[in-house]
Amino acid sequence: MKNAARTALDAASAGGVTYADARAVSIRNRSLTTKNGRVGHASESESLGIGVRVIAEGAWGFAASADLSGSAVQAAAARAVEVARASARVKREDVRLATEPAAVAEWTTPYKVDPFTTSVEQNLDLLLKVDAEMRDVAGVTLAETGMNFQREESWFLSSEGSDIHQTKYSTGAGYTAYAFAGSEIQKRSYPNSFGGQWQNRGYELIEEMKLVENARRVAEEAVALHHADQCPEGTATIILDGSQLGLQIHESVGHPIELDRVLGMEANFAGTSFLTLEKLGNLRYGSELVNVVADARQEHGPGLGTFAYDDEGVAAQSTPIITNGRFTGYLSSRETAHTIGAARSGGTLRAEGWNRLPIIRMTNVSILPGEKPLSLEQLIAATDDGIYMETNKSWSIDDKRYNFQFGCEIAWEIKHGKRVRMLKNPSYSGITTEFWNSMDAICSRDEWAIWGTPNCGKGQPQQVVGTGHGASPARFRNIRVGSAYS
Amino acid sequence: MLTKEQAADVFDRIRRFSSADEVEAIFTGSRFALTRFANNTVHQNVEEENSVISIRTNFAGRTARATTNQFDDESLRRAVAASEKLARVQVADPDLLAMPTCDEAKAAGEGARATPTRFFEQTAAITPADRAEVVKGIVAVAGKHHLTTAGIYSNSESREGIFNSVGLANWHHQTLAEISITMLAEDSSGWQKLNSTDVRKLDPARLAETAAQKAVESAHPREIAPGKYTVILEPAAALDIVGFMFWDYSGVAILDQRSFLNDRIGTKPFGENINIWDDAAHPLQAGSPFDGEGMRRQRVPLVENGVVKRVVYARATAQKMKNSEYAAKVGRIEPTGHGFPLPNEMGEMPMNIVFEVPEKAFGAPEKPRSVQEMIASTERGVLVTRLWYIREVDPYEKIVTGMTRDGTFLVENGKVQCGLRNFRFNQSLISMLSNVEALSVPMRACGEESFDMVVPAMKVREFNFTEATKF
Repeated sequence: MKNAARTALDAASAGGVTYADARAVSIRNRSLTTKNGRVGHASESESLGIGVRVIAEGAWGFAASADLSGSAVQAAAARAVEVARASARVKREDVRLATEPAAVAEWTTPYKVDPFTTSVEQNLDLLLKVDAEMRDVAGVTLAETGMNFQREESWFLSSEGSDIHQTKYSTGAGYTAYAFAGSEIQKRSYPNSFGGQWQNRGYELIEEMKLVENARRVAEEAVALHHADQCPEGTATIILDGSQLGLQIHESVGHPIELDRVLGMEANFAGTSFLTLEKLGNLRYGSELVNVVADARQEHGPGLGTFAYDDEGVAAQSTPIITNGRFTGYLSSRETAHTIGAARSGGTLRAEGWNRLPIIRMTNVSILPGEKPLSLEQLIAATDDGIYMETNKSWSIDDKRYNFQFGCEIAWEIKHGKRVRMLKNPSYSGITTEFWNSMDAICSRDEWAIWGTPNCGKGQPQQVVGTGHGASPARFRNIRVGSAYS
Repeated sequence: MLTKEQAADVFDRIRRFSSADEVEAIFTGSRFALTRFANNTVHQNVEEENSVISIRTNFAGRTARATTNQFDDESLRRAVAASEKLARVQVADPDLLAMPTCDEAKAAGEGARATPTRFFEQTAAITPADRAEVVKGIVAVAGKHHLTTAGIYSNSESREGIFNSVGLANWHHQTLAEISITMLAEDSSGWQKLNSTDVRKLDPARLAETAAQKAVESAHPREIAPGKYTVILEPAAALDIVGFMFWDYSGVAILDQRSFLNDRIGTKPFGENINIWDDAAHPLQAGSPFDGEGMRRQRVPLVENGVVKRVVYARATAQKMKNSEYAAKVGRIEPTGHGFPLPNEMGEMPMNIVFEVPEKAFGAPEKPRSVQEMIASTERGVLVTRLWYIREVDPYEKIVTGMTRDGTFLVENGKVQCGLRNFRFNQSLISMLSNVEALSVPMRACGEESFDMVVPAMKVREFNFTEATKF
């Protein structure tokens, strides 16, 4: 694979380019699901190929090939150069790359158990145990579980001398119990909805999640929702669990800080951003308690956005995004860094695979936990009147990332510091900056976890990558609730 | 990309490598190129070629799949071994069927319309320079209107085939060209998108002019209070919102009790003027004429005059449904050629949706209406170009939420008056399709939230806007 990257780089460099890089990538996946006591889906896949990125005549070109023979790789490099020269016909100015020292490195995701060394029998046995626990609860009409592993090995070589070999592992699992009765379908998921919890770790993540131990409770909650009261419509104090707050960060902080969106590069599909350049350093994004970082470093934790180098060879960094409520940073790349006066890329360029051009992506965009000790139960106890919402059910936000609406699977009304009744179909909505400015409490490190969003889509052709979001439960005042059913 | 003959040779090798009772291989290959522009310049320009083989093995009720994009013997052996290993460790599933024979697939396809040619040399032959010239033209339109443009122009050639060890061998060859254009002004925007298997049917200049006109006419948008409005949804907007209900027109969704049709097949949840078919052979449709097991895609009536008539079935789902407690309540049960590749937990889905607008389907008016006629007949309403970030809020009442985007207009006294700030909606699809006052002639349309369809513009009363955003 590395030889293929070297061949591609040599071929592209011979084509008169001012910059070239080649990424040879090998991806292996295992995907298992069960449904109502049977295997739903069992598959493995591998995908190998190379992507060649060049700048010629001041414009970008990219070509990719699954054929790793010398002639095919050389042809891909030649196509990349041809594509770049075509791009140059419609350019306003030459591409400018921020300087970056050449890196020579080897890195592998730290893990205890390589998930691919675990047997399929072992994986399915666990999922079927969870499935049986859920279906043992009367009223459950559908039980679904899933488990996924991925290993991505890449070789990045650039005309500037970088030579980086990385191997990233990601692991995920989760389940959902559905209950259909009367004219309602209710569901509960664990540890999170839409695929569960995902991190860049080995099989030890699965072993730590207590999947079987929580299955019955989750199934019982799905059934109990049929007897719960509807979430009221109006204005309320809300507390969000960490997983929901992670998605809130993803949508209302992570996407608007992508500098390519801000600069209009995503205007046709993903949209633009309300965070225009003059807001950097000036906007009051949130309350004093809001501190958000974009951190791809291993020391931040094993999020889906953790790596040693991004896909253009820039080392992982931590960028302060919101500091004591003030907007302080964007996600940037070598091409876009100069637009914010930065000398160096923030190291966020990533591609879905060998056949995609890397673009700016969230790394681990995380809210930092509160400094004073505060557990979720203490936060609830300190809330006189409110609604505690848990586990995302639906999410939507406008194309500049102002107006959002989220639905959750379950909620509890809080009165005088106690959960007094379950509520079904909870939802809340608002405007991004108003929402973050209303945060008046956040739980401390003990409640903080990095949640994985494995399905973040962006770009044309669309690329789906995983992002990480560290969060602990937090409280927000004067939030509109219940409008989804208004 | 592999030819059908080369794929057959690869399949012969796979059969030799496998000890399974039955083997199936799905081949997909594509040559894809996309030129992306923003800020009136090309900023991304990519080409890719890839072929993938996905191998399924069967052992007496146990099945699994392994996929690779490498075709050397070692890679194929590894994929076969992975598939067999995954299959062997499972408990046998009594509902898993033997693979369909060529005769079974042929018999199921009898009477089906022939699929028109979907490969066009002119689309396959587009070069990077050709795409750059088209983008130059779009940028020129933006310049003429003092706007900034962003978008894509792509072309692809793809091949898809399925072979199995009991004699089935199907092959499909297709091209597709796609243009999507956003025009941006200081406080407004406009958008158009279209694709076709035949690039000669796309008119980039016209799309650019329409998008530009929308950006210009929606400048300085007004904010009006959210509430229930008559809306005119252009075809792309109609497509993106109605697309959220078609996962439920599936036998498995009924068996799983996760469909909003759980108790509604045979009832009339929609208005008299709603008629929906799934029709892969329709001349405006694209895609292969066979499903994930190689069965011919049938033309299936989903909704007739507002009545839910049928859902679609993979082979195993049809058999399971016939033996289920729901059998008497779901109408005709037969494999319809809509199954996903096995194994899967979702079963099947209609993905070649065609709305029909028969002239007699209306009380008044009695014929399809153009968007201009819909506007002219509207005292007060909202014209919507595009919807965005649509997600399901309630699975049984089929409430979905989302935003308007890139061209939202106030209509008063039969005329477009001005642009509007964008709205959030929370709308039940059941009540929306009960409130359709007018439909246009259906056209091939594409959006970003749902798959491409043949769909009309719709004039809908009491569409539920719940909030407005800040632009």
